[in-house]
Amino acid sequence: MLDEPAAVLEVSDLRTVFATRDGAVHAVNGVSFSIGPGELLGVVGESGSGKSVTMMSLMGLLPSPPATITGGSILFQGREVREMTPRQMRHLRGGEIGFVFQDPMTSLNPVFTVGYQLVEPIRVHMGLSKAAARTRAAEILALVGIPDAKARLDDYPHQFSGGMRQRVMIAMALSCDPKLLIADEPTTALDVTIQAQILEIVRELRHRLGMGIVWITHDLGLVAGIADRVIVMYAGQVVEHGPVSAIFSDPQHPYTRALLGTVPSVTGPREKRLRTIEGQPPILTADPHYCPFSARCRHVFNRCRSENPPRLPVGDGHDVACWWDPATDDPRDV
Amino acid sequence: MSEKAGEGEPLLRVRGLRMYFPIHSGIFRRRVGEVKAVDGVSFDIAAGETLGLVGESGCGKSTTGRAILRLYAPTGGEVWLDGHDIAHLEGGALRAFRPRMQMIFQDPQASLNPRMTVGSIIAEPLDEHAKLSRADRRARVLELMDAVGLDRRFANRYPHEFSGGQRQRIGIARALALNPKFIVCDEPIAALDVSIQAQVVNLLEDLQERFGLTYLFISHDLSMVRHLATRVAVMYLGRIAEIAPSEALYRRPLHPYSEALISAVPSPDPEVEARRTRIILEGDVPSPANPPKGCVFSTRCPKVFGRCRVEVPALLDMGEGRQVACHLHDQQRAAA
Repeated sequence: MLDEPAAVLEVSDLRTVFATRDGAVHAVNGVSFSIGPGELLGVVGESGSGKSVTMMSLMGLLPSPPATITGGSILFQGREVREMTPRQMRHLRGGEIGFVFQDPMTSLNPVFTVGYQLVEPIRVHMGLSKAAARTRAAEILALVGIPDAKARLDDYPHQFSGGMRQRVMIAMALSCDPKLLIADEPTTALDVTIQAQILEIVRELRHRLGMGIVWITHDLGLVAGIADRVIVMYAGQVVEHGPVSAIFSDPQHPYTRALLGTVPSVTGPREKRLRTIEGQPPILTADPHYCPFSARCRHVFNRCRSENPPRLPVGDGHDVACWWDPATDDPRDV
Repeated sequence: MSEKAGEGEPLLRVRGLRMYFPIHSGIFRRRVGEVKAVDGVSFDIAAGETLGLVGESGCGKSTTGRAILRLYAPTGGEVWLDGHDIAHLEGGALRAFRPRMQMIFQDPQASLNPRMTVGSIIAEPLDEHAKLSRADRRARVLELMDAVGLDRRFANRYPHEFSGGQRQRIGIARALALNPKFIVCDEPIAALDVSIQAQVVNLLEDLQERFGLTYLFISHDLSMVRHLATRVAVMYLGRIAEIAPSEALYRRPLHPYSEALISAVPSPDPEVEARRTRIILEGDVPSPANPPKGCVFSTRCPKVFGRCRVEVPALLDMGEGRQVACHLHDQQRAAA
């Protein structure tokens, strides 16, 4: 179900644990997913669901201690990332895998020009001369829609607006022809009209450059418009995964269904009252032997409290980690 | 503007509100210009109604809210609350008005004093403006905590012990303490998770019904504004682009900016998304220190024509409670 032969990235059963003063916190509990070339995978979940920690774990960006990857495998183009040396990892990051973070102001160094910050990774990863790297930097800036790109290389980050800075970040992530782009809430800090501009650029670029994109967000509307497949995360687990159309037209997990009910739309009839999900996500001090959503779930029954459901296939490329069947409103026969 | 009191005076009436911030430069900090954050904004809010105020960052929506509440001294214009112009009140006269109008802030983390208990945070407005005995004050605090759905046993805890959604409830309880009529909600849900946003929005609606509150709901989240607001005002670069009843605005926006703004909001439905035509605006919002001549939207407007670059469009009354500041509609009206 998950093994496409030409997957760019294949993650299976990834586990990350943080050591804290109050004991261990199990932030990522057996996450598996894969992504093919040119594909856009949307990762949806609330804060604390483990979306960012999963991606940071993949890239070895979490400081250890407190974080430890306790299990699982991460295959990037067939190579095991967990066995790589720090040197190989450095080559991977910024080279074959690009990153875009949420806040463009804190990810750019304010005392260097944008050109300097763009040229450096190009020279390191692609071995180009200074002049060639500068030409490439200007090309990439133009590609993400920054007018007068060549002249703007000599500007400092504060001379760019928020939307422009985020484009610089995208340009930086794309500068070394990555096979995979990981974008962590890249448009959350931006206005909707600017977000629309950025999304348009991404829609165009991913086909042109043929890279896989992981797009982390809490905005379900955004995912609906841009993703091919979606994974929904809750308490460090993938609770539902499937093609974007299936997730939105036939959501299976009570959490996905509730999440879709909480967001009003700008089209269609107005709902009288927004549906809410009562309670808070759990803080996991151990790998749960129960369904982590059971405390907030409206369809909970005994099995949910004693056995954590595995991801069960429910359709074409669609799977859900839930004992309850929305079609019959009864427990599943498994 | 005809001042007819017969058809029910609105609770809040804003006329030509202007809020300019000076720009100082050079060694003598001489005044070299001004940022026109709010430049001639007018609207009414009827009692019990919610007016949504939307626009992108830097368009002046928060400044409008703060100027109305007199957290700033407006540069010009009138703000009528309950039949009194409070735009230029000072000292004790202004202080006497404060209990009638309150604010709910965006970031509950930053707007709650971390060294005060929840009980004393909620009681602070009571200490300032009401003379209550200790027992009455305590009773009122607990009553407010019940009203916003906070467990009364938590009155002696500190803000850091609460989650984001609960902290926002503390901020709401504090705003309600003096029985205000009018509340400015400045992005009250922007810092919260989606499932928590819905809880807070439902709470705001319940409280409005229960206490007959009137809201100015400032937000950049257009789908939430559609859900909550009776009418919506769209702002761009310090001016009102359009005001309309909520449903009408989303069904058929009149101003090209409202149209682009609404088309840019992603809808949580892949089929709708695939069919939609998006209007992608070029470029960024210009600086309010140096706004474009004529219509402020003319530099990004897909439907711009000659007149837009010279003449500032007035807010036209289009009937059915709709107003729009756009030359396109002026011409259509002239043609009809």
